[in-house]
Amino acid sequence: MSEPITPTRTYYSVFAALIALTLVTVAVSFVELGAWHTTVGVLIGVVKASLVGLFFMHLLHSSKASWLAVLAGLFWLSILMALTLSDYLTRPLLQY
Amino acid sequence: MSTNHSILAHHFADLDQQRETETFGMWLFLSTEILIFGAVFTCYTVYRLRYPHDFEAASAKLNVLIGSINTIVLLSSSLTMALSVHATRVGRQQMLLTCLLLTILLGGTFLGLKVLEYYKDYKDNLVPVLAFKPEEWTQVQGEQGPVQPQRVELMLVFYYVMTGLHAVHMIVGMGLLIWLVVEARKGLLTTVRYMPVEVVGLYWHFVDIVWIFLLPLLYLTGTHHAADLHF
Amino acid sequence: MSSAITTGFVPQAKPRPPRAPGENYLNVAIGVKSWLFTTDHKRIAILYLVTVTILFFLGGAAATVIRLNLMTPTGDLVPADTYNKLFSAHGIIMVWFFLVPVIPTVLGNFLVPMMIGARDLAFPKINLLSWYIFTIGAVITLWALIAGGVDTGWTFYTPFSSKYARTNVMPTMIGIFISGFSSILTGLNFIATMHTMRAPGLTWWRMPLFLWAHYAASVILVLATPVLAMALILVGVERAWGIGIFDPELGGDPVLFQHLFWFYSHPVVYIMVLPSMGIISEVVTCFSRKPIFGYVFIMWSSVGIAVLGFLVWAHHMFVAGQSVYSAMIFSALSYLVAVPSAIKVFNWTATLYKGSISFETPLLFALGFIALFTMGGLTGLFLAALGVDMHVHDTYFIIAHFHFIMVGGSVMGYMGGLHYWWPKMTGRMYSDFLSKLAALIIFVGFILTFLPQFVLGYLGMPRRYHVYPPEFQVLNVMSSAGASILAVGYVLPLFYLFWSLYAGKPAGPNPWGATGLEWQTPSPPPTHNFDESPIVTTGPYEYSVEESEIVH
Repeated sequence: MSEPITPTRTYYSVFAALIALTLVTVAVSFVELGAWHTTVGVLIGVVKASLVGLFFMHLLHSSKASWLAVLAGLFWLSILMALTLSDYLTRPLLQY
Repeated sequence: MSTNHSILAHHFADLDQQRETETFGMWLFLSTEILIFGAVFTCYTVYRLRYPHDFEAASAKLNVLIGSINTIVLLSSSLTMALSVHATRVGRQQMLLTCLLLTILLGGTFLGLKVLEYYKDYKDNLVPVLAFKPEEWTQVQGEQGPVQPQRVELMLVFYYVMTGLHAVHMIVGMGLLIWLVVEARKGLLTTVRYMPVEVVGLYWHFVDIVWIFLLPLLYLTGTHHAADLHF
Repeated sequence: MSSAITTGFVPQAKPRPPRAPGENYLNVAIGVKSWLFTTDHKRIAILYLVTVTILFFLGGAAATVIRLNLMTPTGDLVPADTYNKLFSAHGIIMVWFFLVPVIPTVLGNFLVPMMIGARDLAFPKINLLSWYIFTIGAVITLWALIAGGVDTGWTFYTPFSSKYARTNVMPTMIGIFISGFSSILTGLNFIATMHTMRAPGLTWWRMPLFLWAHYAASVILVLATPVLAMALILVGVERAWGIGIFDPELGGDPVLFQHLFWFYSHPVVYIMVLPSMGIISEVVTCFSRKPIFGYVFIMWSSVGIAVLGFLVWAHHMFVAGQSVYSAMIFSALSYLVAVPSAIKVFNWTATLYKGSISFETPLLFALGFIALFTMGGLTGLFLAALGVDMHVHDTYFIIAHFHFIMVGGSVMGYMGGLHYWWPKMTGRMYSDFLSKLAALIIFVGFILTFLPQFVLGYLGMPRRYHVYPPEFQVLNVMSSAGASILAVGYVLPLFYLFWSLYAGKPAGPNPWGATGLEWQTPSPPPTHNFDESPIVTTGPYEYSVEESEIVH
């Protein structure tokens, strides 16, 4: 067998962390954070997604090629977002 | 129980190569999913930055309770999915079957709650074109004056497109899980032939990850001053 | 519960089935079912060849009517609405159902496993599924285009496509959406194959440049196509629901569609050209009997084109209403993306220099590619300048630019590749004279068709109009005359290639005396490609080792 078998204890711990983080996300959303709401929510989401990816999806034990696929997808998405926003965020700067 | 044929395909040199390729292939597919969801997330981001208060007002009316419960349901289904993979690897057929069925049950619960939620949204006039009353929104005060009903509709379009696209992926996932149950009952998922469970698991976890981001972006942006919005 | 049960099977490599002498992938089984249910990458390549060729001529038929209509300034041949449907059909068919698939699915499918030293692609059944998906998408789109048509252009700009168009937009988009999955699956298959199935000794640095080109194109296929899918879904949602995110009445921005659309559609032109460039690298080395000049540079430039190609999309949108700061960024990046392409042209030229040149048909096409692609590419630099683009956007200058690259470039490269590997795929040689004649006719016809269009565009003739000011007629007639010559050039291969299947000279394993694993097998190859897994010990273009005689 190629991949090591993740013990069930790991799965249960990760699950507990995911539930806890979900409750935190919801609770924090009721606190007045001004402009930071989305950022905090997304950051917690990134932590949760990483837990799912590394442990449930076995990325931790996967080949470099699989890592490359994930990172490439994320990198290209960041290009789409960054350059599209480069248009929209600079529009208010122009006064006609 | 298991039929006597080799699981190694003719064009692979050994099982390690085959398994590594299959895993990599599914990750490649998932990277395309990152881009397809990412595209609509990008559009959402553009408008969220442009119309923050209208979007928050719209978001405040969405059902945070169902959204949160659904998040927990989906995370639980990821746990049972991971346990299914584990069960296959260690040869515990009964556990495999139980976990697969639990995953299906939880997935079905998610979809059922989603239908309920859509129905409630319809009753609350939160469906553009089909059930939406602009006059209900003109009195709502955002931080910079009255909220614009058209911008609220825009946010709601995103809500349905994004959760709808996600739901379609869930339904496909349910189909894959049912196929796995059929394979499991035939005894075809073993300590050697476990890749089908692993690969479906990768897909299922990915759909969960999408929802992990949908929750804060769609449901939780407006909760902090839902009370102030004078609905 | 139950303790661990080790069921399953001890892995064993399947023994290779015994092969009769003279048996190859074409004659190993006969009958429609053996073709429609095949998982052999070579047969799937032939299936694609047939499908894509039919679609090419359908797209060409639309172009024929367009050029006939443009013989006169008053556009008497077809009414304006029909003309709009014709150029839309031409663009849709040629982009999605010819240029994007042709080289990867025909030559790539056939050659990638062979050049890697493998028996098949990583996922053979998905390869077949890919063809079915492609064909179904093509049928749906063709039906929509013929039974009513669309008049949005292949670009589907909102709000016309999302709100106002009363033509078959929805089924056309559905057909394109479906065929997009075919693209993604093919790209996925190639990437997985190249990562995990290279023969022993075939390191990344020893891979032929044809493979690198397909790897780069596959990365684009996999990462860009989903964004198009989303763009089409969003337009479809707006049409079906009556409300959408590009609707200005809701505060939506129609230009956002263009961002999503061009994020895919600019990289897509690199999907079209990169595999063609891979062909050029193979052909130029073979017919100058020299290793490629600057392997590493060409390799990195393929990767560079794939990455940089994603950073320039809004140069299609300079007049659309984007922020001028963003336009400046995209303009600068567009200059950058020309560099890797130029590097390739320099390297091919350096390969030819002092080589032992033989002007076989594939090389004629390759030389045509280099000349025409360079011209088209240079005009791209003009267009990257904001000021120039303001003047020539939506004119025939743009049309000429992209036809130089896509037809003068990609299609010439494809023709070169088809002629180069035809003996391998079919075991037959074609008429030397007729093929060289076809190459010449295509080259002359192309120049006559599209060079006048640069002038027309610069003088101000807009694109997508079925009429034009009378002073442009001479140039338009020249262009149409050229198109008729070009048509002859494209039809001629149908005849001599078909004829070669019945009466062509048997080709032998290596008629061109080329290096590469694919030439180590019989022509046509057996189903399993290699009797034993080849072991690679040298780099890809060791022509100093080969005999300099060409053995036919």
